[in-house]
Amino acid sequence: MHPIAEKYLRKSALPQFFCQGCGDGTIITALMRTVDDLGIIDQVAFTSGIGCCAWIPVFINADCLHTMHGRAIPVATALKLTDPKRKVMVFAGDGDCMGIGGNHLIHAARRNVDITVVMVNNAIYGMTGGQTAPTTPHHATTKTTPMGNVEFPFDACEVAKAAGATYVARWTTAHPRQLTSAMKEAINHKGFAFIEVLSQCPTQSGRMIYGNSDPVAMFNRYKETSVSVARAGKMSAEELAGKIVVGKLHQIEGRAELCDEVYALMSSGGEGLSAETKVASN
Amino acid sequence: MEEVIRITVDKDYCKGCNLCIANCPKGVLAPSQERGKAGFLVPEAVHPEACSRCLNCEVTCPDFAIVVEGEANEK
Repeated sequence: MHPIAEKYLRKSALPQFFCQGCGDGTIITALMRTVDDLGIIDQVAFTSGIGCCAWIPVFINADCLHTMHGRAIPVATALKLTDPKRKVMVFAGDGDCMGIGGNHLIHAARRNVDITVVMVNNAIYGMTGGQTAPTTPHHATTKTTPMGNVEFPFDACEVAKAAGATYVARWTTAHPRQLTSAMKEAINHKGFAFIEVLSQCPTQSGRMIYGNSDPVAMFNRYKETSVSVARAGKMSAEELAGKIVVGKLHQIEGRAELCDEVYALMSSGGEGLSAETKVASN
Repeated sequence: MEEVIRITVDKDYCKGCNLCIANCPKGVLAPSQERGKAGFLVPEAVHPEACSRCLNCEVTCPDFAIVVEGEANEK
């Protein structure tokens, strides 16, 4: 086993049960490198929902709340409010984050609470056998849409940005080093950070949506269809069809953060927020 | 003395997904006929002398199974 895994994995949870070629394993490696580079193993705290990717932080030997489907984000908000010194990271799937948990996502983003949400997107409900999710492409085949999906998918990064997220990025599991950099940036960013990671799911997405469960084929597809933000800016809508725009999509610094304001109120002795605080946040 | 690259694949963890083989820019790795603990055919380094220590295999491996040790050759 790789030395970094020896150092950071929760041995009692092994062997890691992900399918052969699952992108979630690559995300675990990127996460271990993030935590190692930043030296935050004692400070970091994870929450996750339900699904395969919700096990990503469970395999790390650190504090982790493995909660209910769609509810990782409110638990993370509570955790951060009670202990603002912790670096709180959420791992949620696309169904967890945009489906049942969609409401929690938009409000946490609106509140600009200082957590990092990593949405692992395989465009399907994987663990339960391959049902259509809010991110499943139009006309895709899944177990619940064998004749083709007649709904359009969310662009999760656009939703997070519109709801008020102050850091938004998208990468795929074919970009593990860039993903590590983005996670480090997101953790260091003061405010709500959202990272979408497209992750190959050979068993469900592969077989159903793409008609090919070879993990190498899915991985190569990510590499070939990704375009950087800079290049995408010069492409027309037709050229961008079917492409994945990767990179840092949005960042705002200096917006008032939820815990700062709550604690300022609590220590104001009934005076409320100072005039400087009120001016600075607008 | 010239240090040689040693690439090891942990047979207890490798699931034979072949992502390391696909991501190696130097063609160092190939599938072997050995089965790992989980029953999958594990890759092996057939051309370790060609390894440039880019570590693509290490950062991609979903099972933390592959480790690259040693210094890269200058050739």
